[in-house]
Amino acid sequence: MTDTLLTISGLTKAYPGVVANDTVSFEIKEGEVHALLGENGAGKSTLVKMIYGLVKPDSGTMTLRGEVFAPPEPRAARATGVAMVFQHFSLFDALNVAENIALGMENPPPMGDLASRIREVSENYGLPLDPFRTVGDLSAGERQRVEIIRCLLQDPKLLIMDEPTSVLTPQEVEILFQTLRKLTSEGVAILYISHKLEEIRTLCDHATILRLGKNVSTCIPAETSARDMAELMVGSAFASPARADRELGEIALDISGLSVASTGAFGTPLRNIHLTVQEGEILGIGGVAGNGQDELLTALSGEVTTDHDAVKFMGQPVGRLGPTARREMGLLTAPEERLGHAAAPDMSLIENALLTAAQRENLMHRGFLKWADTRSFANRVIEAFDVRTPGPENAARSLSGGNLQKFVIGREVLQNPKVLVVNQPTWGVDAAAAASIRQSLLDLAAGGTAVICISQDLDELMEISDRFGALNEGRLSDIRPAQGLTVDEIGLMMGGAHGMEVAHG
Amino acid sequence: MDLSSINPTLLLASLLVAATPILIAAIGELVAERSGVLNLGVEGMMITGAICGFIIAVETGSPLLGFIAAAIGGALLSMLFALLTLFALANQVASGLALTLFGLGVSALMGQGYVGIKPPPTPKLDIPLLSDLPFFGPVLFSHDLMVYFGIALVAAVWAMLKYTRAGLILRAVGENHDAAHALGYKVVRVRLMAIGFGGACAGLGGAYISLVRVPQWTEGMTAGAGWIALALVVFASWKAGRVLLGAWLFGGITVLQLNLQAAGVAIPVEYLSMSPYLITILVLVIMSSDRSRAPASLGRIFHASG
Repeated sequence: MTDTLLTISGLTKAYPGVVANDTVSFEIKEGEVHALLGENGAGKSTLVKMIYGLVKPDSGTMTLRGEVFAPPEPRAARATGVAMVFQHFSLFDALNVAENIALGMENPPPMGDLASRIREVSENYGLPLDPFRTVGDLSAGERQRVEIIRCLLQDPKLLIMDEPTSVLTPQEVEILFQTLRKLTSEGVAILYISHKLEEIRTLCDHATILRLGKNVSTCIPAETSARDMAELMVGSAFASPARADRELGEIALDISGLSVASTGAFGTPLRNIHLTVQEGEILGIGGVAGNGQDELLTALSGEVTTDHDAVKFMGQPVGRLGPTARREMGLLTAPEERLGHAAAPDMSLIENALLTAAQRENLMHRGFLKWADTRSFANRVIEAFDVRTPGPENAARSLSGGNLQKFVIGREVLQNPKVLVVNQPTWGVDAAAAASIRQSLLDLAAGGTAVICISQDLDELMEISDRFGALNEGRLSDIRPAQGLTVDEIGLMMGGAHGMEVAHG
Repeated sequence: MDLSSINPTLLLASLLVAATPILIAAIGELVAERSGVLNLGVEGMMITGAICGFIIAVETGSPLLGFIAAAIGGALLSMLFALLTLFALANQVASGLALTLFGLGVSALMGQGYVGIKPPPTPKLDIPLLSDLPFFGPVLFSHDLMVYFGIALVAAVWAMLKYTRAGLILRAVGENHDAAHALGYKVVRVRLMAIGFGGACAGLGGAYISLVRVPQWTEGMTAGAGWIALALVVFASWKAGRVLLGAWLFGGITVLQLNLQAAGVAIPVEYLSMSPYLITILVLVIMSSDRSRAPASLGRIFHASG
């Protein structure tokens, strides 16, 4: 099985002001897992969108099994055997599994037949799924199964997967990999995009590395270290986060018996959470998305108020105080969702800096705003965190995800918090930028700040945290020292594989 | 006070007639909203349909041609809304309100020469035997065709949304337009058709008022029926069956309170007049307290990127 499936040669796509793909060429062989690597904004998404027919290339050609391949729309791509699992799941919450799958097919059979085919395929590949459940009620892992089965029902030749493991527990990742290996043994090629280099080393046969829209090199992941791959992506060497020895101080934040009702329709209530963080300590909180992370952050930031004694900051109860009062005391938070929660998308970086830093940086005087001071504070954040933007006047929305993430984290770090709570600090950020964000959290802790880092990236949590706990259905596991924890133990703390223990015979 | 003057047969028969305009307008708006478009211009499209239908029916002498013209008029006006929201990416709420104001003005202008004229009568169904049945005849089998058309339309929309692929795609577009676009569905085209259908239905509903219910032309004669239709869609939780129920409830109480007024019940007229609105909303609010919710993309502007 070494026949070439898809050949890409000289593919170019330019958007106003930026060349997303510049003469990209590579080949995918039948039955191989081919990794596509690159920093944020390197052009990976544009490239797969061209293969899937969502974007038309300006120049260059693709051939699929020796025939010219230029899909004008996703339907045509699907008809020739190209299927795609999206990074942000392209599912419809209010519809059931079978309806979602029918929407991704050209000529879906009647619902009854479709349901039995879904059951058949899902059992074949070890991905149990009930066709009549509403997608909005499924866990992230189950939702991904819906997408994969939707692709499998069309007998794909090439399966494109964009960041498929970012929302899965380690056990779920293992099951996914078994499914993918089974597929490749049947001759299906997989184009795999991920920031998780260790996963790529385990799974992928070949890797193509994109930098600034060009393919700069290829490698065989199993024979290349993760660090070398990261440096190929960035184009230069960068430092890994280094831990300094730190002294732990007083208990900075003490949460006892915190229970919060869920806010949204698909949210998770928090149930009786206990935790403490000391000055100079980093507490990592893992767990699959949607298990109470957002609720925990809002309870700590003051967006949701609780029993007065449930949250104690430096010994003082603050449960009934709002965000502004907590910020003044030094309890800062950086929520996950960059556009809309952490930053106001259509406001400039200066205005966004003002929104959270007004109190601690003295950017207001008797209700009037000090724009000059705010501008210099925004500039300090941009400089210190290497935020790539033409200037602080630009709207938050105009920044790429990784750059905006650096800005919203930097904005809190530079305010010298006593306690900093961050949720998904490096989500969607490339390796080098992620390393610098983690380093800044470590530096902050070394300076005596208590840090709570909520994240789904276990490698990240193991790298920076002193102690580790996991959220599962709104409950926090026992908190244990991070050093020496095995992946299996962590997986169990996260709630295992959500009933996915399926025989992969 | 003489309650015996209220005839239950006539009451039920006129309930169906009173409910028809808001029923047809609401089912059109329901389709538009299920595709993710919040068109607040129902009132404007209804009144435009009312005058278009009235003019054509008077000029040609054919109520049928009048209703067809009303549907076309409503749909044409809705295309203005589609142009603003789908292509110019304007805000749907503001565009819808503008459409209502525009429709009220345009219809007043068009209708200047038609005040005080009687339209040709719309024929009623007259089935030998069935229409002569006591009670059931007048209640069920003696209406004009639009009453039956309205009910059939609700059934058709319900079946289309539930059982057909077209309905599934419509719901998908309203639920998550980015995902639908990523799967290769034409979000703008689907919404364009849904808006047009909503406009045609609103036009028909309006023409029913000017050609059958009243029947004459006066400025602003829809008198808020479009807003009731809008509210009905929301409180019916975007479900076709509940729209039918809500429209009948509203029509029924409207007719009942008129009868009570005529019978001289010792309740101030103002309370009786507001009762259809209060009771309809109350009942539908109680019914919509289950976990059904709005289409997730409702009112959001779709812009295909990348």
